Amino acid sequence: MSRDWPLWEVFVRSRRGLSHIHAGSVHAPDAQMALRNARDLYTRRQEGVSIWVVPSSAITAVSPDEKDPYFASAAGKAYRHPTFYDIPSEVRNL
Amino acid sequence: MSIQPAIAGYALQLGDDALIAAQRLSEWVARAPELEEDVALANIALDLLGQARPLLSYAGEVEGRGRTEDDLAYFRDEREFTNLQITELACGDFGEAIARQLVFSCYQFEMYQRLQSSRDETLAAVAAKAVKEVAYHRDHAAQWTLRLGDGTEESHRRMQAGLTRCWPYVAEIFRPDPLGQELAARGLAVDATQLRPAWGDYIAAVLREATLAWPETIPAPGGGRRGLHTEQLGQLLAEMQYLARCHPGARW
Repeated sequence: MSRDWPLWEVFVRSRRGLSHIHAGSVHAPDAQMALRNARDLYTRRQEGVSIWVVPSSAITAVSPDEKDPYFASAAGKAYRHPTFYDIPSEVRNL
Repeated sequence: MSIQPAIAGYALQLGDDALIAAQRLSEWVARAPELEEDVALANIALDLLGQARPLLSYAGEVEGRGRTEDDLAYFRDEREFTNLQITELACGDFGEAIARQLVFSCYQFEMYQRLQSSRDETLAAVAAKAVKEVAYHRDHAAQWTLRLGDGTEESHRRMQAGLTRCWPYVAEIFRPDPLGQELAARGLAVDATQLRPAWGDYIAAVLREATLAWPETIPAPGGGRRGLHTEQLGQLLAEMQYLARCHPGARW
């Protein structure tokens, strides 16, 4: 049976105002059951207020072999970091 | 005559239902079709255990003989348990487990929903927390019933067989019980006989959508509320009570 169940990626939003964050994956026969399995696995300790599930097969990812072309050129470009102004302490989750 | 013994007896009935169902359901851990389903069933079992604990504690407190939740769970014999027989039946296959969950969680949902307005504050508080949990249990069972019933030929056959096996134990759930009726008349408890129509409507809708037939079976004699049980309860208790009885006072 397990070989027939596709994999789903789970995204959980921990509270209103924040983004959904990847929590892990689950096996499930369909999207509705994936939501329920995700609820049981990833929100047992009040971790979330919203869950998304996405078929793992629908995700396009960067291959590890392509790491350098994708990410290496950002190295040494400190001027891209927003470190030149102060963030007000009242602004959370920035 | 004091109403206290009736309240203790009623809390014990609901607590025993939840405790025995939790114990039976937890047998599925590591045996479900998928790891994810192990976790789902374990979660449901833990919810039920979480309902049993305050109910048994309250039963012991109202009874006034100093018995704790552990005394009631581990040191009563089979004939002193007042759970419905449907909660004690041996596991069976996954189709049977889902059929039983559908029947039982739908009953619990209707019951807890009404018990929330009990004039007994403890029972009302337990019900208010439990009804949210049970709504999920019912949904879990309904989702699986739809998928198995309207799935493959084999899953349909097994789901239908599971319903047929647990159906004889449905009638007992809604039989008149003196405790429940006496307390219901005072606004303290729920008379289970009143739940049958709402229960039937929900189940019928799920079975229809799942292309399953309403089973035609002869009701079992029942009697769980009076301490009459199938031999399967004795086997369950032997396992559940073994440690506490071999090592009284054992702690983690």
